[in-house]
Amino acid sequence: MQKFILRNFTLIRTLIAIALGIVISIFLIYVISETPGFSLKSFLIAPLLSKSRLSNIVENATPILFCGIAIAVAFRAKQFNIGAEGALFISAAVGTAFAVSTSMPIFIHIPLVLLVAAGAGAAWGFIPGFMKAKWGASELVASLMMNYVAYFLGLYLINNFFRDKEAGFLVSYRLPESARLAQFLEGTRMHYGVFLALGAALLIYYLMFHTTLGYEIRMTGHNQGFSRFGGIKIFKIIILVQVIEGALAGMGGMTEIMGIHGRFNWQMSPGYGWEGIIVAIIGREHPILIIFASFFLAYIRVGGQSLNLLADVPFELVTVIQAVIIILITAEAFLGRFKYKLTVNEAKREEAGDESLA
Amino acid sequence: MAAILEVKNIEKIYPDGVIANKDVSVSVEEGTIHAIVGENGAGKSTLMKVIFGITRPQNGTISFQGQEVNFKSPDDAIQQGIGMVHQHLMLASDLTVAENLVLGIEPKRRGIFLDDHEMIRLTREVAQRFSLEVPPDKKIKDLPIGIRQRVEILKALYRKAELLILDEPTAVLTPQETEVLFRTLKQLKANGKTILFISHKLREVKEIADRVTVMRDSQVITTEDAAKLSEEDISHLMVGRDIRTERIPQSETTGEVVLETKGLSFVNEDEIFVLKDVSFSVRAGEILGLAGVEGNGQTELVKLLTGLLQPTDGEIFVRSKAISGLSPRKVREIGLAHIPEDRMENGVADQASVKENLIVDRYYKAPYSRRSRLLWKTITDHTLDLVKRFHILTRNVDTPVNSLSGGNIQKVVVARELSADPDVLIASQPTRGVDVGSEEHIHSLLRQVRDEGKAVFMVSADLDEVLKLSSRILVIYNGEIVAHIPDPSMVSAEDLGPYMLGVKRQEDLGAEIHS
Ligand SMILES: Nc1ncnc2c1ncn2[C@@H]1O[C@H](COP(=O)(O)OP(=O)(O)OP(=O)(O)O)[C@@H](O)[C@H]1O
Ligand SMILES: [Mg+2]
Repeated sequence: MQKFILRNFTLIRTLIAIALGIVISIFLIYVISETPGFSLKSFLIAPLLSKSRLSNIVENATPILFCGIAIAVAFRAKQFNIGAEGALFISAAVGTAFAVSTSMPIFIHIPLVLLVAAGAGAAWGFIPGFMKAKWGASELVASLMMNYVAYFLGLYLINNFFRDKEAGFLVSYRLPESARLAQFLEGTRMHYGVFLALGAALLIYYLMFHTTLGYEIRMTGHNQGFSRFGGIKIFKIIILVQVIEGALAGMGGMTEIMGIHGRFNWQMSPGYGWEGIIVAIIGREHPILIIFASFFLAYIRVGGQSLNLLADVPFELVTVIQAVIIILITAEAFLGRFKYKLTVNEAKREEAGDESLA
Repeated sequence: MAAILEVKNIEKIYPDGVIANKDVSVSVEEGTIHAIVGENGAGKSTLMKVIFGITRPQNGTISFQGQEVNFKSPDDAIQQGIGMVHQHLMLASDLTVAENLVLGIEPKRRGIFLDDHEMIRLTREVAQRFSLEVPPDKKIKDLPIGIRQRVEILKALYRKAELLILDEPTAVLTPQETEVLFRTLKQLKANGKTILFISHKLREVKEIADRVTVMRDSQVITTEDAAKLSEEDISHLMVGRDIRTERIPQSETTGEVVLETKGLSFVNEDEIFVLKDVSFSVRAGEILGLAGVEGNGQTELVKLLTGLLQPTDGEIFVRSKAISGLSPRKVREIGLAHIPEDRMENGVADQASVKENLIVDRYYKAPYSRRSRLLWKTITDHTLDLVKRFHILTRNVDTPVNSLSGGNIQKVVVARELSADPDVLIASQPTRGVDVGSEEHIHSLLRQVRDEGKAVFMVSADLDEVLKLSSRILVIYNGEIVAHIPDPSMVSAEDLGPYMLGVKRQEDLGAEIHS
């Protein structure tokens, strides 16, 4: 039993953290809500019961997952580029611009639009990457500032050149049908983008742990002196991880436009890039764990919306509950002492076993 | 005399389940120099960390100056008058020597502003008082490891340590520096301070220690008066068997020139000539040893040779092919391997596993990867093989390197570089921090490399090592080659001293060095 707990400690700890977070949320809901039972149901159960909410979770998780793995790649190399949000926004704008100005058969158009968006994101990531590699400029600051640039540049591009004047809002022209990702379930907005995201996560997992490039990225993150010494081109890695980050985030933005809205309609930056940071951390920068983290975060986000919509709990509180859960999960030391005790017991037992054999 | 430190029944189990101290009891008398010896991984550093409050034991008690203590952190230990110099130095590398020395207790002007002049003055004063010379305004990262260590010692002394713990202080020092350190330690002892130190060099232990504690397999085997034990006794107690020191004769056959430098100069960021017109060559089948007090350009020379720095002037040739301007990868592919002087700085990625650390120079080649795909099975087998061949003590191949003992981390580096099967081996402090047995083992491996007709360029602070292994010796002082000893069997450590200290130099070295 002890051995089993030790071996799966991280997983168990995460589950306990989630459970604890939920208990705390239950407590908060009981304090605040007039109809706690109903509120609780809207928060935790409702998202799983209706088709439309379930699909909301999937829709939401898609761009978050793209951004999460994007950020994980850069973080693994200790490059703290937090520009996924900007890359996502600018790529969606550029990709939209490309999509509405071209027409092609669908099986070429879709990949090409995605490629253009990814390219835009990659270029966006290249800038802080290059400035870091060449001049040692902080990628954190550069990418943060570039998020603002991306926002205004993206809006400028859409509003001035691709704005659909017939629509009542500030939106772009509709994407041609050949550039739309199909929705695969009648009555929902779930689209094939989610499979692209899952595919990308698996691909990045493979890249990070089973390829030479992944090895170079991880070693550069551990110790640059060591990597250089071993012959790894750190200059290349520093730029490349940020290019990959930008490209993945860009795909995330574009699939959302292609699958859900059908046109560029963001007047605000959607924030997936920030949620991506959260899931990258919850998922310990591991692509597979980030898949679960993304769906989990989407689940509590959707639960929060329904809690706010159906019950009498304000959205602010929802945010608090989410924060509690996230903090518990990310706390490294949480239950650390417990684990240590188990290890010590186990070691002593083994030791005693050894001696009795000898 | 009373015991200043009384350690009783310490048991320490690390979070990964390794039992590093088992029922360890030691009593250290006030005003003595007490040595702790044992093989790599015996648990010495762990015991020191427990005493200093870095890590907490599962069981056992510690009394200091008659009081039972329970340090929650090193700060508590420092407060009570314990100082420690770690096996892997822990200075802030972007700060200057003076800033490091006073870190946390800086002199202030009007209570707020750092007083730079006072800081530097204090540093000079402390340095002089303990006769440990350091450059107060240099950044730590620009200093060789030997000087960094002095700064650490000064730092502890400056904090008025009554008990000074030194974890392998002499591993990074030249004999001259060691002598200076020992004089300092004796002086400290005369002033009533107590010193607890770890060393793998038994001669030193005999020379300076009053008492010796021998550890083996996480346990204390015995504590004795140093005078009562011979070096042989100690090593016997350490390993539980005798160590054979085998003498392998110098190889006679040297071949063509493999590594050659011509007029190598290097000017550092402060626009100082760290290396001046360095020319030499190394032939196949010989070990060229470079002797010198640390900080005389050895670090930079090695970095130039391995492509980690580019020369300001001059050229380096491997088999007549110019290599300056090439990347470290290219340099390695030409057939150069490199054991770096500071294993933690670039020898290992300490959070990565043993497995990942052993492939950094070869992961992209067959059989370790195919078309960019890492072949983990092959890598694991390769690692298991090296762990066995080089006697690396590790729980398994996925253990992160930072859970290995210092000597075992060194073995990881040596294992990787020697198994690269290089044409030219640049070995900087190849046996730093390894125990007597492993030192013998690494020495015989270096000789084997030589006998296979490879060229070895070895830099070592350990003169005995240089004298024992080298086919020829160069002495470096202040960035210049000042002596060439074609036949090391004719000289002793004392003969090299004057060259190393710059009081003597040979003229007309030019042609001869390339002999
Ligand atoms: N942080 C750690 N986590 C897990 N195991 C550790 C850790 N530090 C040391 N160990 C293990 O504890 C044992 C004792 O290590 P320790 O560093 O005390 O050895 P040592 O006697 O100082 O050896 P050396 O002469 O090589 O420095 C080793 O088996 C080592 O692998
Ligand atoms: Mg040690």
